[in-house]
Amino acid sequence: MLSLLVFLPLAGAAAVALLPRRHEMGARWLALATSLACLALALTLFAAYDRDGEQFQFVDRHLWLSSQVAPFDVQYALGLDGLSLPLVVLTAFLTTVAVLVSWGVELRPKEYFAWLLVLETSLLGVFSALDLVLFFLFFELELVPMYFLISIWGTGRRIYSAWKYVFFTFFGSAFMLVGILALGTAAGTFDMRELQAIGPLRETVLPAEAIFAFLMVGFGVKLPVVPLHTWLPDAHTDAPTAVSVILAGVLLKMGGYGILRLCLSILPEVAQQASLFLGAFAATSILYGALATLMQGDLKRLIAYSSVSHMGYVLLGASALGTVGLVGASMQMFTHGLITGLLFVMVGLVYERTHTREIQNLGGLASHLPYLTVVMVFAGLASLGLPSLAGFVSEATVFLGTFPEHPALAIMGVLGVLLAAVYILWMVQRAFWGEPQRPWHGLKEKVAWWERVPTLALMAAILLIGIYPAVLMDLMELGVKPIAERLA
Amino acid sequence: MESVNLVGPVLVMLAVAGALLLADAFLLPLLGPWRGRGAWALAVLGPAGAVAWGAAHALAGSEGVAFQGAYTLDAFSLYFALLVAAVTGAAVLVSPDYLGERRHQAEYYALMLASGAGLMTLAGATDLISLFVALELTSLSQFVLVGFLRDDRGAEAAIKYIVLGAISAAITLYGIAILFGSTGHTSLAQVREAVPTALAERRPVMVLAFILLAAGLGFKMAIVPFQMWVPDVYQGAPTPVTAYLSVASKAGGFAAALRIFVDALGVEPLAREWAIMFAVLSALSMVLGNIMALVQSDIKRMLGYSSIAQAGYFLIGLAAVAAGVPQGELGTGGILFFLGSYAFTNIGAFAVIIAISRHIGSDEIADYAGMARRSPLLALALALCLVSLTGIPPTAGFVAKLYIFNAAVQAHLVWLAVLGVVNSVLSAYYYLRVVLTMFVGEPVAPGEVRPTPLLGAVTAAATVGLLVVGIFPFPLLEAAERAAEALI
Repeated sequence: MLSLLVFLPLAGAAAVALLPRRHEMGARWLALATSLACLALALTLFAAYDRDGEQFQFVDRHLWLSSQVAPFDVQYALGLDGLSLPLVVLTAFLTTVAVLVSWGVELRPKEYFAWLLVLETSLLGVFSALDLVLFFLFFELELVPMYFLISIWGTGRRIYSAWKYVFFTFFGSAFMLVGILALGTAAGTFDMRELQAIGPLRETVLPAEAIFAFLMVGFGVKLPVVPLHTWLPDAHTDAPTAVSVILAGVLLKMGGYGILRLCLSILPEVAQQASLFLGAFAATSILYGALATLMQGDLKRLIAYSSVSHMGYVLLGASALGTVGLVGASMQMFTHGLITGLLFVMVGLVYERTHTREIQNLGGLASHLPYLTVVMVFAGLASLGLPSLAGFVSEATVFLGTFPEHPALAIMGVLGVLLAAVYILWMVQRAFWGEPQRPWHGLKEKVAWWERVPTLALMAAILLIGIYPAVLMDLMELGVKPIAERLA
Repeated sequence: MESVNLVGPVLVMLAVAGALLLADAFLLPLLGPWRGRGAWALAVLGPAGAVAWGAAHALAGSEGVAFQGAYTLDAFSLYFALLVAAVTGAAVLVSPDYLGERRHQAEYYALMLASGAGLMTLAGATDLISLFVALELTSLSQFVLVGFLRDDRGAEAAIKYIVLGAISAAITLYGIAILFGSTGHTSLAQVREAVPTALAERRPVMVLAFILLAAGLGFKMAIVPFQMWVPDVYQGAPTPVTAYLSVASKAGGFAAALRIFVDALGVEPLAREWAIMFAVLSALSMVLGNIMALVQSDIKRMLGYSSIAQAGYFLIGLAAVAAGVPQGELGTGGILFFLGSYAFTNIGAFAVIIAISRHIGSDEIADYAGMARRSPLLALALALCLVSLTGIPPTAGFVAKLYIFNAAVQAHLVWLAVLGVVNSVLSAYYYLRVVLTMFVGEPVAPGEVRPTPLLGAVTAAATVGLLVVGIFPFPLLEAAERAAEALI
C-alpha cells in the first residue's frame, strides 16, 4: 500500500508523458487525478495508523542490493511512523495544491506535470524510506525534476538559480553520502530501525562526531541553516509558483526530517554534545533570516527569506533534545509547509494579475482584489504566529521545549517572531493598502475555481490545526518519543 | 582440445576477423555497392559467437587453464570476455551508419574484432608473456582504427596514439622484464610466490617494476598522468571507435592491472605501497579529468576527459583492494560492476552522438540546443546516460558509485571517498550542461532528427540496460562479485 502511494505519481507521470500531443491539455487533469488519488491514499494511511501499535507501520521490505563479500546490504524498505506520516500527508496535499495552481501552465504542459509528479514520488520516497541508502537515493532523485522545473518554467535568472540549487544540494549530499556510508559501515546495517536500536558506535572509520557533522552539512543545506542558505532566495524566487510551493512546503522539510531521523536518533551522544551549537545556528538563522526579510522589496523574495527564519525554529526545537521541542520542530515543519505554501500561492496569484512583485510598485490592491487580500492577510497572520492559527501552535511548542534548555536562545527566537510581525504587517500594509502606486484600471479579481479551491483548502487546514492541534500532535508525539528516549 | 574450448570466445573473434580479410579479397567485391554491408554482416558474427560461447561457459560453469598456464578461464576472465565482446558487438552495430560508403570497411571490422580478441585475452592472461602479446594485439589494431578516417584530425590522433602507445608498451615491457628478472618466473602464480623473497632481497627494483607496470597500463586505463592522448584520439577517431576505446580498451587496461597488481603483486606489505600510489593517481585523474572536461565545447572531447575522471573512480576500487579481504573483493567487485554499468552508459551516449552527428554534421555541444524538441527520445536517452555518468539515481552510475565509495570507506580511505563524491558534484556541471542545452535551449536548426533503426535499437538497449542495472542491480553485481572472488 505504501509502495503504491510512493510510485503512483511515477506511474501518473509516465501516463502524462505518453499522452498524445493533441490532448496536451489533458495532462493537468491526469495530474490532478493522480495527485488526488495520492492524497486519498495518504489520508487513508493517516487514519489507519494504529496509535497503539508498533512505531513503524505499513512496512514494505525487500532485499534490494546485497553484497556476497562484505556487510553491505541495502533494503528496499518503506514504512511510516508518527514523524514521517504527517510529512507524507503534507506532500500529497501540497502536490495537489501545486497541480491546481499550475492549471494555467501552457508551456510544454505534458513535461511540466510529468516532472511535478516525479517530484512527488521522490519526496514521498524520502519520507517513507527506512533504509539509509534508499533514503539517499530518493533525496538525490529529487534534483532531476527540480532542475528542469526551475530552469524551464521559472522566471528571472532561472537557469542560474537552478544551477545554484543543484550545486548546493549536490554538494551537501556529497558529504551526507560519505556520512551514511561511514555510519552503515560502522553499524553493519543501513536499516534505520536497527540503527535506532544500536548503542554508541564502537569501530568507526570516521569518528562519530565527523559522521554527525557530515550529515548535518547535507541537511543544513536543505533546511537551510545560515550560512548554507544562499541558494534558497534565488531558487524560490525564480521557480514557478507551484514549484515554490513544493520547495518551501516540502523540500525544506527533508532537511529537518533528516536531522531528526538520522542525526538525533542514530547519533544521540553526539547530538547531546552539539546541542548548544545547533541552537546557536538556529538562533542565527532565525534572526539573520528575519533581518534579511525586512530588507526585501520583492514580494516573493520576502516570503523566501522568511522561510530561512522559520526553518530556524525547526532546528531550535530539535536542539533542545526533549519531547516538547521535538514535537514543536515537527509541528513547525508541517505548519510552515501549509502557511508558506499558501503565501507562495498568493504571491503567484497577485503576480498574475499585476505583473509585478515589487512591493513599492504595488499598493492599494485591497479594493481591487478583495478575495486575494483577505487570504493574504490570513496567511500573513498565520505566518507571524497569531494564536488560533497553525503557526502559533508550533512556534509556542518550540519555545516551550527550548526555554528550559537554552533560555537565551529561546528569547532570541521570540525576537524572531516580533520581527516576523514587523515584516509581514509592513508588507501587507504597503502592498495591499496605502496609496496605489499605479492606476489599477481594469484590474478585475475573477478568481477561478482552481485558484479558489487550493486557497480555501489551505486556509481550512491552517485553521483546523490552529484550533485543534491534537489532530496531529498526538501522532507526532508518538513519532518523536523513541528519539527523545534515546536522547535522554 | 580442452584449451581450444576454453579460449573459444577469443578464437571466434579472431576467426571472423581472418574470414573478413579473406572474404574482402575474394567474395565481398562481388557485392558491389553492398560491399560494406556484407562486411558488416559477417563482422557481427564475431561478437555474437563470442558472446554465445562465453554464455555457454558461464552456464556450464567451465573453468580451467589453457596452453600451459598462458590463459586461464575463470569467472574473472569470463566477465571481461563477455563485457568486451558485447561492447565490440555494439561498436560494430553502430558502425555502418557512421561509415556510410567508405572504402576498406572489411579491414575496419577485422581490426576491431582483432583488437577485441586481444582485450579478451588480456583479462585471462595469467602469464606475463601472453599478457604482453595480448596487449600488443589490441594496441596495434587500435592504432590503425583511430586513423581510419584519414583526415587531418584522424591522422594527428593516430600518430599521437602510436607514439605514446609504443612508449607505453616499452615501459610495460621493462616492467615485465624487471619482474621476471627479479622473480625468475613469467607465470603470475609463480611470480606471486616469489615476490616476498624478491622483495626482501631487491626492494627498490620491485618498486621500480610496479611503477613501470602502472605507467604502462595507465596508458590503457587512460589515467592521469598517462592521459595525454585521450582528448585528441577521442575527438579524431571515428565515433564508434571512440565508443569502443572508451569502454573496451579501458576495461582491458583495468583487467590487466587487476591481474598483475591484485593477483601477482597483491602481497603484503607491497600491496600497501601500490595502494597509496593508486589512491594518488585516482585523485589526480578525478580532479584533472573533471576540471578539463568543464571547459570543452566538443562533446566527444568532453566525454574523453570525462572518461579520465571515470577511470579515477575505478581506481578508487584498486586503491581499496589493498586493505585486505573482504574489502579487497569489495574494491575489485566495485571496479567490475562500475565497468559493466559504464559500458551501458558510454555505448548509449556514443550511439546517440553518432545518430545526432549524422544529421547535424557536428559534435559541438552548442549545436545540440533544443534537441529535446527535434528528437525527444534521443535527447532523453542521452540525458539518462549523462545522469548516469553523474551518478544520480535511478541509473546504473548511481549504484556503481555507491558501491565503490562504500569500498573506499570500508578500506578507511575516507578522504578518497569524499574527494570522489565532491568530484561527482563538479562533474554534474558539464554533464548536466549538455542536458540543459538539449532541453532548455532553442533549436539552432529546424527539422526532426531521427536515428536509423539500428542506432535506435542500440541506444534503446543501452539506456534500458542502465535503468535496469540501476533499479535491479542484483544480477550484474553478483556476476561482478563472483568474478572478483575468482581473482582473489
